Amino acid sequence: MIGRRHKRELAPTSAVEEPQGELLPVAPVRDVTRFSHGSRVPGWDDAVDLDKDPAQIPDAATTPVPQTLRTEIEAHMAKYPDFRSAAIPALAAAQRHHGWCSPEAIWQAACVMRLTPGYLVSVASFYDMLETRPVGRHAVYVCTNISCSLCGADELLDRLKDETAGDPEFNVRGFECLGACDIAPMASVDGVYVGPITLDEVAVLVEQIRENTPPLPGKQLRRRKSTDPGAARAVAGTADADAARAVAGAAAPLSPKRSHGTPRGGEPSGPPAAIEQGPPEEDEE
Amino acid sequence: MSSSPTILFADIDEPGLNRIDVYRRRGGYEMARRALTEMTPETVLDELLASGLRGRGGAGFPSGKKISFIPKANVDKYLVCNADESEPGTFKDRELMQKSPHMLIEGIIIGAYAAGASRSFIYIRGEYAEQADVIDAALAEAETLGFIGENILGSGFSLSLVLHRGAGAYICGEETGLLDSLEGKRGNPRLKPPFPANQGLYQGPTVINNVETLATMPHILRIGGSEYAKIGTETSAGTKLVSVSGNVQRPGNYEIELGISSRDIIYDLAGGPPDGREVKFWFPGGSSSPVLTKDDLDIPYDFDSLAKAKSMLGSGAIIVVDDSVAVVSVALKLAKFYKHESCGKCTPCREGTRWTVSMLERVDQGLATPMDLDIMASVQEQIIGNCLCVLGDAMAMPIGSMVAKFREEFETHIEAARARNPFAGTTLAGGRDDSDPVLIQGAAGA
Repeated sequence: MIGRRHKRELAPTSAVEEPQGELLPVAPVRDVTRFSHGSRVPGWDDAVDLDKDPAQIPDAATTPVPQTLRTEIEAHMAKYPDFRSAAIPALAAAQRHHGWCSPEAIWQAACVMRLTPGYLVSVASFYDMLETRPVGRHAVYVCTNISCSLCGADELLDRLKDETAGDPEFNVRGFECLGACDIAPMASVDGVYVGPITLDEVAVLVEQIRENTPPLPGKQLRRRKSTDPGAARAVAGTADADAARAVAGAAAPLSPKRSHGTPRGGEPSGPPAAIEQGPPEEDEE
Repeated sequence: MSSSPTILFADIDEPGLNRIDVYRRRGGYEMARRALTEMTPETVLDELLASGLRGRGGAGFPSGKKISFIPKANVDKYLVCNADESEPGTFKDRELMQKSPHMLIEGIIIGAYAAGASRSFIYIRGEYAEQADVIDAALAEAETLGFIGENILGSGFSLSLVLHRGAGAYICGEETGLLDSLEGKRGNPRLKPPFPANQGLYQGPTVINNVETLATMPHILRIGGSEYAKIGTETSAGTKLVSVSGNVQRPGNYEIELGISSRDIIYDLAGGPPDGREVKFWFPGGSSSPVLTKDDLDIPYDFDSLAKAKSMLGSGAIIVVDDSVAVVSVALKLAKFYKHESCGKCTPCREGTRWTVSMLERVDQGLATPMDLDIMASVQEQIIGNCLCVLGDAMAMPIGSMVAKFREEFETHIEAARARNPFAGTTLAGGRDDSDPVLIQGAAGA
């Protein structure tokens, strides 16, 4: 019953088709019928149509696979003792190539891996990052888990969705913990972690994504120094590599670098000096 | 040890530490060299056993013992590094991998040598694309210089290392789910026993360790196992990276000596909650750990003290929630996360997480009565211990602890919500799981 209710909700006749644009070269998307067999995922009717036999391993002679995709998948297969291990990398490669795990993408990956499409569909439907419906090409994941929510991630997601509403290039979604609670609220923009993002910066961010320029360069995670005062002291707040090496050079593995937070019953010597929380923008650029 | 040591983070902000030349200048790969050329696998294992190192991923199982379970037989053995850091609130491995990937690779060499493994894998979560690129580059450097490959440093020991990128699934941080995923399947956990030490990856003996655990191994050899054991407390040896996040002024990773007071971590290191706020409750070890309140802040931060307080150290992720936040909203957020991430293999977890979300929504919307809290508590009891893996428990324990410790607030919330228009929204209600995957468990959300 619940399933049926969702079928109705999830069967937008035009909303799904609209953002496809040129991203969807061949996928045969039918509207409501795609839910008749219980699948809410467009384009997979052929694989799960109960009136048909299950799809076999695609015939290499009749399944054209782009050479770059074939090479990439075969390289992944060669890395593992069992070629099946390459299922996720292969699907990711197919998704990069096609924009999402379309029936065509699945078919091609299955053809190269010599697996049934059904097997790969079962894998693709399990993982959050493998898209089982057409999406925009810019993946913007906003972490909405506890830590980020406490810092305003829900408002950030709403603002981002508003800002990109109707733009088929965007795939803005709330995501489970992205492992960057130190820069909450944050987003992963095409794989680049950015944060903390204030609501005022959303418009700039969206514009940067549209123009394919680095998102909020000053706020990218990889520019951040460690927050730990014990570690921060090694470089003493400088970006000068040689100076840093000179300071850290004498560091023994057990060098006592911290002057606060006595672990064994002493008096805490007070909080450390405020650490530069802002991104070290002098780093590059 | 008078002041607290910095081991893993000693050089972490060294510019260019992700490059092998800088890392070697800082003494990198010396311990791998010593292990392979001067020590036998048994003596390496003895050092690890003597160190008292316990797994840093969540379970806290003694790492040396885990390796010692690997059969000695002459079969293909595997070492898998669990870099699928998905526990909400945890980001320590991310920082280690991003800034010091060679420390991890060196640890993998040492761990694999002790276990007799000839193939190793790093399973990194797909979201960590930048970190995976860093490791890829580091791995290429290590292979070029002969630290990974055939006959490493002329020792006769060979090891291959493959970086495997996941695609976004919390359950793949569970070790058997990870193995299934690494084998190219859906990441469903397996029945245990057989344990991975006997039948793991490709049915071969497999040792699975967290990033931080492996990265610690070179330092254990450098310091000496028995010396390392002197850091920390008797049963929780060494240092630990803790990720502090939530309502604190300086969120981030901190390396602490196990056994220091939790208050020191939250207030001295992370700066405590914002001015004018108080700690209401905190998760000591990721969102899966039962919550503790402000009365528990003086508990020493180590495995056994937290276990005694009926919580756990878990992955070392402290999430601080201050008194401006409604406990119901956190509980709902938490439950929605586990509902989304439940793989659906075991009924108690699949249905329990779902019903818990429904019940918490009723609480939030003013449709519940205080009696529903008892029903919800009983649901949690029926999840715990009844599934193949602990994902369900990971929701049931914190939710159970929240209801137990904040029952009054839940009841007040119910009354207040009932008094209002039943559908008046609340802070975090109506979260992000709007494309509820009813039919296909694990399908993409939102």
